[in-house]
Parts: sequence; C-alpha cells; structure tokens
Amino acid sequence: MSAVLDNPPAPPVQESPGLWSLAWRRMRQDTVGMVSLVVVVFFLAMMLASYTGLIAKDWSKERGVSYANPSFLAGAENLEAKAMAAKEGASKTPPVDLSDIDPLAPRYKEWDERAAKIAVTEVKRAETLAFGGDKWGRDVLQKAIKGSEVSIFVGLASALLAVTIGTFLGAMAGYWGGKVNDFLEWFYNIFTSIPYILLILAFAAVAQASGKFGKGILPIVLILSLTGWTGIYRLIRAEYIKHCNREYVKAAQAIGATNMSRMFHHILPNVSHVALVQLSQYTVGFIKAEVILSFLGFGVPVDMVSWGTMLAEAQNELVIGKWWQLVAAGASMAVLVTAFSLFTDSLRDALDPKLK
Amino acid sequence: MTAYVIRRIWQMVPTIFGVILLIFILFNWVGGDPAQVLAGKISNPEQIANIRRQLGVDLPYWQQLLIFVKQVFTFDFGRSWSTNEEVSHILITRVGPTLTIMVPVLIIETLLAVGLAILVAYVRGTLTDRVTMIVCTVAMSISFLVYIIVFQWLFGFILGWFPVQGWSESFWKNLLTYSPLPIMLAVFVGLAPELRLYRSFILDEINQDYVRTARAKGVAERKVMLKHVLRNALIPILTNLGILLPGVFVGSFLLEVFFSIPGLGREIITAVNRSDFPVIKAVTVYLAILTMVINLAVDVTYKVVDPRVSFK
Repeated sequence: MSAVLDNPPAPPVQESPGLWSLAWRRMRQDTVGMVSLVVVVFFLAMMLASYTGLIAKDWSKERGVSYANPSFLAGAENLEAKAMAAKEGASKTPPVDLSDIDPLAPRYKEWDERAAKIAVTEVKRAETLAFGGDKWGRDVLQKAIKGSEVSIFVGLASALLAVTIGTFLGAMAGYWGGKVNDFLEWFYNIFTSIPYILLILAFAAVAQASGKFGKGILPIVLILSLTGWTGIYRLIRAEYIKHCNREYVKAAQAIGATNMSRMFHHILPNVSHVALVQLSQYTVGFIKAEVILSFLGFGVPVDMVSWGTMLAEAQNELVIGKWWQLVAAGASMAVLVTAFSLFTDSLRDALDPKLK
Repeated sequence: MTAYVIRRIWQMVPTIFGVILLIFILFNWVGGDPAQVLAGKISNPEQIANIRRQLGVDLPYWQQLLIFVKQVFTFDFGRSWSTNEEVSHILITRVGPTLTIMVPVLIIETLLAVGLAILVAYVRGTLTDRVTMIVCTVAMSISFLVYIIVFQWLFGFILGWFPVQGWSESFWKNLLTYSPLPIMLAVFVGLAPELRLYRSFILDEINQDYVRTARAKGVAERKVMLKHVLRNALIPILTNLGILLPGVFVGSFLLEVFFSIPGLGREIITAVNRSDFPVIKAVTVYLAILTMVINLAVDVTYKVVDPRVSFK
C-alpha cells in the first residue's frame, strides 16, 4: 500500500482560470480602465490618509488672511483681506482720553502694568495659500481633501448598504418565488412609483424632524441606501431566477445543502459580479447625490466639510471674484466621478464580456 | 384594449395602498410627534396637547390611517402646518411655474438628444463619435450645482443676458424673460446622459437586417435613418420618456431654489426644512399616483408606435 502512496507522480494540474482572474486579465489590457482605477485608488488613499490624520489634519485652522489668494496669484489685489485688516487696525487706535472725568483714572497705570504682563502672541496670517483661502482664511486645498473624505465615505457606505439590502431582497424574491416574490414585487412597485428625488426628500424630512436616523453622517447614508436599493434588487432577482434551476444548485440540494447555504454559499458567488458593478455605479451616483443634499442642508452637519458644503459657500464667493473654492470642490469631484464612471464601464466589460 | 386598461387600473390598487401605507409609516409613525416641532421653543405641555388634538396625532394609529386615506381620496389634506395655507391650494398654484420650466425643457432636450443621437450613431466609431462620447462622460461628472452656479454667474451677473433670478405674474414674461436661463441649464445638463442612452438605442437598431435590406433596395440614407431606424428605436426612447415624465411635475428643485421660481420643487424643499408634513405627504402620494397613470399611458402608446405590441 505504502508503495502506492510513496509514488505520487501527480499529473500537472492545469487549473482553469476563474472568473475573477480572467476578469483581471481583461482589465489589465484596458488602458482607460487601469488609468481610472489608479485615479480612484489615489482618491481612496487620500480619503484614508485624511481620515487617519496624516494629511489635512488642521483644515479648520485659520491660517491665512480672509480669501487669501492662491500662490500663483500672489500679486492680485485682495480687497476683503484689506478691509478686514483695516477693521482690525482701527480697533487698535487708542481710545478717547477720558482721564479728566473718569473717576477710575488713577488706576490706569496699574491696569497698563497688568496688561503688559499678559503675553499676547499675534498669529501672522499668510498672505497667500497654496490654492487660496476661504472667508475665514482656511486652506481651500486642505478643505477639498477633508471634503473628499466625507463625500467618498458617504458614497461608498451608502452604496454598500444599498447593494446589501438589494442583494438580500433580490435573492429572497428570486430564490423563493411565489408569495415571497409577490410581496417583494409589491414592495418594489411602491418604492419605484414614487419619483426618486421625492422619495429621498420624504425620507430626509422625516430624518430631520424626528432625529431618529442618528447623528452626523448616518442620516444621509440611511436616506440614500433605504431609497436606492430598488435597481440592484431587480437585477439580482433576475439572476437568482436564472440560477436557481441550474444543475450545480440541484447538485447542492442533492448533497443536502440547506436553502440558506444554496442561496448565499452557492448562488451568491456566481452573481456577485453583478453586485460589484452595481456597487461601483451606485457609489458614483451617491457621491453626486450627497453633494446636492449637503448643499441643500439635508446632508452632512454644518461642522463637517464636504464638497457640497464647499459649493454652497462658493456660490456667494464667485460674485466677489473668489473662484478657487468652486474650482477646488467642483474639479476634484469631477475628476473622481469621471474616473469612477470609466472604471465602472471597464469593470463591467471585464466581468461580463458577453455584454460588449 | 379597454379590458387591458381596466385590468391595469385594477392592478394599481394594491400599489396605491402600499404607497399610502409607506408614507403613513414614514410620517405618522417614524416621523413621530410633530407637535414638538410646531410648538417650537415655548413648549408648554398644555399647548402641545392642544396642537396634538388639532392635528389628530393623539388618535390611535388605525384612526389616523383612515383619516389619511380619506384625505387622499377627497383631495383635502387640510392646511399647511407652517403657513396655514390650504394644501390643495399650494399644489395647484405651484404646479404652474414648474411646468413653465419643465415642459419646454423636456421638449427641447428630447428633440436635441434624439437628433444628435441619430447623427452620432450614424458616424459611429469615428473620431466625432468618440469625442462626443468622452465629452458626454466628462460633462456628466460635473455636479449640477457647479453648472448652475457658473451659468448663473456668467450669463446673469457678468454678461447680463438674463435676469439672475425672479418670477412675475405674467406667463409670457416668465416664459420669455425668466425661464430661458434655467431651461438652457436643464437642457444642457440633461443632454449628455440622454444622448448616450439614445445613441445606444439607435445603435441596437442600426445593425439589424431590415436596415441592410432597406439599403439594398436603394432607400435613401436619410429615409433609412429617419423612417426605419428611428421608428424602431422609438420604443425604448418612449419608455425613457415615460420615466422622465413624472419628474416634469416635481420640477428641478435645484433650479427653482437658485432662480427663486415659486414651483413645486422649491415648495417641497421649504416643506422639508419646516417639517411641513401635510405638504410633503400630499405631493408624494399624488405624484406616485400620477407616475402610475403615466406608465399606463406609455404602455398604451406602444401600441400606437408599434402595431406588433399586443395587450395581454
């Protein structure tokens, strides 16, 4: 017996490449896809670095003068900063001398002495900042980085939640069919018969009035995901209907796999590429939605900075010729969204070559 | 046909009931006690009890639900909580300005998008086609907010071609003076995604056998595109219009906020800010019903466009 075991000239197994490695191979040949992937990864890294405090830690410090010029526009006139400086200068002119009539006049000297003992350090505000400053002299570049943290996180988190909800409900409806399907279809019809933007605003109204959706960025994540699961539900349901009569599922049933195991252990990996493409697409949509909701004041709280709140400030600044905040927020969002959309397209092409 | 329409309307009943239930759960149950919000800072318990009685939120939930159902079917949502204006009056007066903006937008946008899509699809694969598609992708990535802020600043403030914002009593003045800039903006922003979508619909048709047949028998190119291809691509285009149509009544709330247009969209934003539940509830329920009716109308229109469609 042992002779047999000792002698294992196993034939070289030619492992057939799986869905993911094939997709990765196709993806690598797609130049546009790879470039956009790099851009997306760069933004994600920036978000993580900002979250951990490596960069843009003191975005809220007022380091420059009001509406400080960007460094490349150092020579341009900054009327707002001058006006502010003039105001500060004016308050430093000595007050009117009242010593003749002031009964406390003899104590002036004592007060002056005491005042002199208190060390006052005057922070020198920078005339220019790398990409300009906002009204309070905060660095716009750092604000844009910090804003990306909130915007991308909200986009990713709500997309993840929406895809989870949609996948779960879609799996239920597609796998069980019958009454479960009827009920979930009814539920789906309810959500899709209300115009999407109205649905979001209705949820926002309730979130704002009741405060039951939590604090910080939790409400906006919940609003976006609870209203946005319908598209993915429909796709996953169709995939499950297709898959649940396939032979491998029947085989799983034959060896005694439970329904849950068949649904999530056997079928789910086979439809997960659909979910992944949707996740990518939803993230783009939700980043855009977050910007608009934050602008309207239904998004992130006022003490946080997101691209939406930056654009809200930029609206008034543009009229006085301070365009940099608009450009910083608008451009960083446009670059990310373009890259993410192109990446989504090539992801879909890579995962589902039939569609091409 | 009549039987089909009746059956479809019958099928709407559970969905309408579901919408009512969803809105009810959202506002009356999750939304919780509006009396706190309304009483404001001076919250005297007696006052709150009074407000609760006035609004009917002290009743058991099943009675509140019955009242809500009755409100939906009698078109009587009572009065706005913040301005005391009749909700039905709010809806009727606000829908006009919204339509003044959105109807031209939908018409211009659709004509432009379909026209350009035919052109771009016809020269598919060329540099023109590829550049157009790249421009569309980039244009779609810029936030609507940025477009509004820049356009309003450029055309309203710097160039002074249009008023920065405003609205009047006269329909023609509104349409000719105050609307062009918002309409232009909405068309500009809506064009890129529509163009991409319609181009793909037309590309699906352009490779079909019947197109080759038409060309083979010597039909002029223009006629092939406009009569054969367009007519067949019209079905997915119509479906998409059906999806867009309910939005015409909601309006672009961003445009209405920026250009101070007293439309439905701005009213909803104000209502959300003031926790004015009756207004939001009424708008949501009626627009959901309207959406269902529009979907039905679109399905019936298929028959007109495509005789092969049969009502089952």
